[in-house]
Amino acid sequence: MRNTVRTLIFAAVVACVLWLPERTEAQQAAAIAIAHAKIVTLAGAPIEDGTLVIKDGKIAAVGASVEVPAGAQVIDGRGLQVSPGLFDAVTQMGLSEIGAVSSTVDSSETGPYNPDVVAATAVFPSSEHIPVTRAAGITEVLAVPGSGGFDFSGSRGVIAGQASAFSLAGWTMEDMQIKRSVAMVLNWPEIQTRTFDLATFSRKEKPYADAKQEYDKQVSELTDWIDRARHYAQAIGHGGPSDFERDVKLEALAPVVRGQLPLLVFADRARDIRNAVEFCDKQKLKMILAGGGEAYQVKDLLRSKNIPVILRPVLSLPREEDEPYDRLLTQPAELSQSGVKFAIGSFDNSFARRLGQNAANAVAYGLSNDEGLKAVTLYPAQIFGLADQVGTLEAGKIANVIVTNGDPLELTTEVRYLFIKGQLTSTDNRHKRLYEKYLNRPKP
Amino acid sequence: MSLRTAVILLAAFALASTAAAAPPPDANPVLLIQNATILTVSHGTIERGSILIKDGKIAEVGPSIKVPKDAKVINAAGQFVMPGIIDCHSHIAIEGGVNEGSVSVSSIANIAEVLDSDDVNIYRDLAGGVTTANVLHGSANSIGGQTIVIKLRWGQPAWKLPFAGALPGIKFALGENPKRSNFSIPGQPKRYPASRMGVEETIRGAFTEARDYKNSWEAYNKRVAAGEKNLIPPRRDLRLEPLVEVLEGKRYVHSHCYREDEILMLLRVAKEFGFKVRTFQHVLEGYKVADELAAAGVGASTFSDWWAYKVEAYDAIPYNAALMTKRGVVVSINSDDAAEATHLNQEAAKSMKFGGLTHEEALKLVTLNPAMQLGIDKRVGSIDVGKDADLVIYNHDPLSAYAVAQKTIVDGQILFDRDRDIAGRGALEKEKKALLEKEKAAEKKPEEKKKEEKKPDVTKKPDAENKPDDKNKPPSAAVTRDSGEEMISRRNGGAL
Repeated sequence: MRNTVRTLIFAAVVACVLWLPERTEAQQAAAIAIAHAKIVTLAGAPIEDGTLVIKDGKIAAVGASVEVPAGAQVIDGRGLQVSPGLFDAVTQMGLSEIGAVSSTVDSSETGPYNPDVVAATAVFPSSEHIPVTRAAGITEVLAVPGSGGFDFSGSRGVIAGQASAFSLAGWTMEDMQIKRSVAMVLNWPEIQTRTFDLATFSRKEKPYADAKQEYDKQVSELTDWIDRARHYAQAIGHGGPSDFERDVKLEALAPVVRGQLPLLVFADRARDIRNAVEFCDKQKLKMILAGGGEAYQVKDLLRSKNIPVILRPVLSLPREEDEPYDRLLTQPAELSQSGVKFAIGSFDNSFARRLGQNAANAVAYGLSNDEGLKAVTLYPAQIFGLADQVGTLEAGKIANVIVTNGDPLELTTEVRYLFIKGQLTSTDNRHKRLYEKYLNRPKP
Repeated sequence: MSLRTAVILLAAFALASTAAAAPPPDANPVLLIQNATILTVSHGTIERGSILIKDGKIAEVGPSIKVPKDAKVINAAGQFVMPGIIDCHSHIAIEGGVNEGSVSVSSIANIAEVLDSDDVNIYRDLAGGVTTANVLHGSANSIGGQTIVIKLRWGQPAWKLPFAGALPGIKFALGENPKRSNFSIPGQPKRYPASRMGVEETIRGAFTEARDYKNSWEAYNKRVAAGEKNLIPPRRDLRLEPLVEVLEGKRYVHSHCYREDEILMLLRVAKEFGFKVRTFQHVLEGYKVADELAAAGVGASTFSDWWAYKVEAYDAIPYNAALMTKRGVVVSINSDDAAEATHLNQEAAKSMKFGGLTHEEALKLVTLNPAMQLGIDKRVGSIDVGKDADLVIYNHDPLSAYAVAQKTIVDGQILFDRDRDIAGRGALEKEKKALLEKEKAAEKKPEEKKKEEKKPDVTKKPDAENKPDDKNKPPSAAVTRDSGEEMISRRNGGAL
C-alpha cells in the first residue's frame, strides 16, 4: 500500500513536471539536484550513482558524493541517466520554418559574398522547430547561414555569413545565445560538370573545361576577398579611422584573416577538401571542414593539418556507385582511428532530431560508444571553441542537461527531464499537441 | 561518349554487378538458421529457435530442428531474424523514370517498362534488409503511371524482378505536387489542375470516361455473345484501360496525399465510381481522419518523422503511424527514398516511442502490414511455414539504432552477406585499379603512336607534358551521382 501511494505521488510529480508550461522560471526552486542517477559527465568515467546540482543556470556540482543543498528541489534519478544535452553542429534552426515556402526561409542571402550577415539576427525564437528539436534531447545548436539544402535559385553563396550558437530555449535571442559569431561559412567552390536545373527538374551537363574555368574564377575572387580583408585589417590596426574607408563586409572578415574566427568550409569531395585545405594553409586561415563526404580519403592530410570535421548524417548513400554500401556509416570509426577530430551534425532543420540516431549508427559501424556520444556533445563544443560553456557535465558550465531513461542515442529512449540554461524545460511541442488533440477526437 | 567515359561506365557496371556476387539463381540450397531470436511477427518471438528453408520457402520454424543432410547451417547465436522488410513506396530500379510530368492523367505510362536490375540501390536496400518494394512513379500527376511490386533479386535480369502474383497498381497523387505548387517552368503556362478542386475534377473526369469506355466494351461484348455479326469494336484506349481495371478491382490504387480534406475527397470519389482505394501513401495527416480511413478499410503507408518541408507537411507528426494503428487502420512505414529504405527497421522503431506501439506492432509496420496493403501477405511479411524465405538477420534487435543487417535472404538465396561483402572489397578495389590502368593505357596509345612517327629525333627526352595530367581531368565524373537529388525533391515538396 505504502509503495502504491509512493508510486502515485511520484507519478503525480512526474505528470506535473511533464505538463509544465514551456518556460517555468517563476516556479523553479533556487537549486535542483538530480540524485542517485547514472551520470555520464564525458569529463571522466561515468558515475554509476551520482548527484548533479544545478544553480543559477549553471552546473554547481557533480559527483558520487555531492551534498544536496538545503531547499533544493530533488529529482529522484534512480534508473535514469544524466548526460550533457546534444549539440547539433550544423542546422538552419530558427532560420527556416517550412522548406518549400520561401517567405519562411532566411537561411541564405542572395549574392556570393556576405561575410557580414549573422545567423543570430534572423533566428526566430518562436519557431516550432525549436521545441520539437529539444524534445529529442538537443539542447544547443549552431545555426549556419548558407548550409540549408538548395533554394530555388540553386545558390548558397560562397562566403555565406556567420554561424551562431544558441541554446534551444529562451524568450529572445539574447536569452538563448551562447555565442553570436562562432565561424565564418565558406561554401568551397566545386568543379561542377553536372548540375541540377530546378526549373526543369532535370540534370544538366557542362564541359569540364567550362566548369574548371568557372571554378578558377571563383577561387581567384575568393583570394581577392581575403587579400583585401587582410589589407583592411592591417589598416584598422595601424591607422586612425580617417586612413581608410569603412567597409562592413571586409570588417566582418577581419577576425578571419587575423585567425580569431575559424572558417567553416563546406566541401565533400576529396579533391575539393584538398583544395580548400591548401587554400586555408596558404592564407593562414583556421579551418573547420563541414560535410566531409570523402574525408576518409584525405584523413592523413586532415590529421597533419589538425583540421576538425563536422560530418553529414551517416545515414546517407555513398556518393559513388562503386563505393561500399556502408561507406558513410564506417567513416566516423575510420576517422576516429586515424586521430581526426570530428563531430556529427544533422545539416538540417526538420531532421535535426535524427542527430542521436546518426551517432548511434556510427557506433553500430565501429565507433566506440563514448566517441559516438562525444561526437554530438563535447566534440562540437571543442571544435567551435565553446567547451568552456557546454559539452560536458562539469561545475561551472551552462546547465544544458538531459535526463533520460536510457542511452540518449537510442531510438526508443525518452527524455524525462530537460534542463536548458538550468531551467527545467517542458518537452511539449507542436507534434505532441496535435497528437493529443486527435487522440481525443470523438468517434464520428 | 568518350572512350574514357565508356570505360568508366563499364567499370562501374562491372563493380556494381559484382558487389554482391550472388550465387547462381537456380541453386536452391537447403538452409538452416540456428540459435536465433526469431521475430515471427505473426506468432510471437522464439528464443534460440531455428528456421529451415527449402526450395525458397520456409519449411519449418521451431525451437529446434534436426539438421538435414546437405543443409547449409547458419549459426545465428545472439542474432535476430525478422521477415524481409517490405517497402510500400520505393523509387529504386526505374532508371530515373520517376515522373511523366507532361499530363495530369498519365495512366498510359507503366513502371514495369523501365525496370533496371543494375541499379546499385537494389543492393544497398537489400543491405538494409529490404526484400520487396512497391515501385511507383512520382507524384506529378493526379493519376500517375502503373506501378509494380518487385523482389530485390539482385543479380537477376529485370524481367525476373516482378513479384509474381502481386496485383499491379496505379499511382494517384493529391495536393501540392499534382497541382504543381512548388514546381514551375518559367515562361510556361500552369498545367491544369492548379488547385485541390481541380485535382478532384481531373480524377472524376478520367473515371467518367473510363466508366463510359467500360460500358461501351460491355455492350459490344454482349452483342457479340448474342451472335451479332460484323460489329465494329470500340476503339482501344490504353490510357483508360488501367482505370477500367481499377473499376473491376484488378488494379490497386496507391494514392499519394498529405492533407485530411484531400484524403476524404478521394474516398468520396471512389465511392461515387464504385472502386476501392488500396492505400493512401505518405498520408501525413491521416491521424486526423483515422476513423474514416479505418471505416473505408484503406491502408495507410506513411513516413516515420518527416515534417515541415512544405506546407502540407507542417501538421505531420511522428505519432501518425501509432495513432492510425490504434484506430484500426493497417499502417506501414515507407521510404520514398533509396537512402531512407536502408534503415526502415529503425524508422519503425520510432513508433514505439511516439505513440507507444508494442514491439510487434512496430515490426508489422515494415513487414506484415505492407504485405497486407499490397495483397501479398499470404506469401511474405511474417515467418511462417509455407511463406517465401525472405528473411533478414541482424546482430541486434532490429528495432534499435545499433542493429546492423548481417544477411538478407530472398527466396531462400543469401543475396546480401555482410562478411562476404567486406571480404570482397579488396578484389573489387584491385579490379577497379586494373580497369583504370587499362583506360590510361588506352588513352596513351595515340600519343605513343605519334612519338613513334617522330622517332628519328632520339636526342629529345620524353616530354612530361605529354603525360596525361590527372589534375586537369574530371575524376570519374561519369559515375558521379547527383546525390542531392533526393534531398532536393524532399525539400521542394517530395516530387517522388
